[in-house]
Amino acid sequence: MLLEYLQNYLSILIFLVIAIGLGFAFIIVNFICAPSHPDSEKLSPYECGFEPFSDSRMKFDVRFYLVAILFIIFDLEVAFLFPWAVTLSKIGALGFWSMMIFLSVLTVGFIYEWKSGALDWE
Amino acid sequence: MVHALIFYVFSAIAILSAIMVISSKNTVHSVFFLILAFISVASLFIMIGAEFIGMILLIVYVGAVAVLFLFVVMMLEGNFKNVKHGFLQYLPFGAFIGAVVLFEIVIIIGAWKYKPNLIRVSSIPYNVSTTNTQSLGKLIYTDYILAFQLSGLILLVAMIGAILLTFNKRSDLKRQDIATQSSRERNDSIYLTDPESGKGVKVND
Repeated sequence: MLLEYLQNYLSILIFLVIAIGLGFAFIIVNFICAPSHPDSEKLSPYECGFEPFSDSRMKFDVRFYLVAILFIIFDLEVAFLFPWAVTLSKIGALGFWSMMIFLSVLTVGFIYEWKSGALDWE
Repeated sequence: MVHALIFYVFSAIAILSAIMVISSKNTVHSVFFLILAFISVASLFIMIGAEFIGMILLIVYVGAVAVLFLFVVMMLEGNFKNVKHGFLQYLPFGAFIGAVVLFEIVIIIGAWKYKPNLIRVSSIPYNVSTTNTQSLGKLIYTDYILAFQLSGLILLVAMIGAILLTFNKRSDLKRQDIATQSSRERNDSIYLTDPESGKGVKVND
């Protein structure tokens, strides 16, 4: 039974092996064939004529983080919808309305974030 | 045979990348190894038949949580020279937590191997003819409705908390007001006038 089910994933496994193999193959072929004459001027970072002022890793607005968190929350909401949609014919009215309550609770949060302007980019 | 081989490949990748997460000097590389660990654990979940959990691991952890980790790494101080600073100071505490986790794993494996009736398993029968997602769906929304609604409330709290903590409305900016923009009439902004020669037009702003 388990093996029968895993055979469905065989094509994904083959795809994975080919993708990893190709990825490594390009790197290795590049490593072997490409001409490489490094010197310090070529390897130093170039920033329009002047020495780079600061590290490339700089702090940025926390607002990006807010967008990512809101994305995760709605991602989870959608993840809950998948089993519900598959079994909707079997779980009856209780299952249907429990999902509706779940969605309306999250809609309250959605209206809050829309109205507070967290989705606007200023 | 092939099944066991694939299992060992994925678990070896998972363990090696987990070691690389904590030993890599560059924190961005740590996050990438964490993603690799998530992907191999998702493959292991699929191999034991829990395909829904495996796919959700890919969507939520690889797709979203890894992005959050990258943000956190970017928000850290740029100084990674003294990342090993205080290593000995935190070593006893970390070793203690590691020992506790190891002990828990030993208990779980011991119970599963030698005393199968130690942990009460769910009385809901496992039906092999339905798929993983279907058997989850039959339980979450009816039998476990309370936990399901609680998870919705937790998500709501997380959403409001994230907005309250990070969002501050800036008052020094001009914002676009679409309602005012689109309700503007022609007469509000344009009028025709016929000034006499030599006299100016009074502009009322």
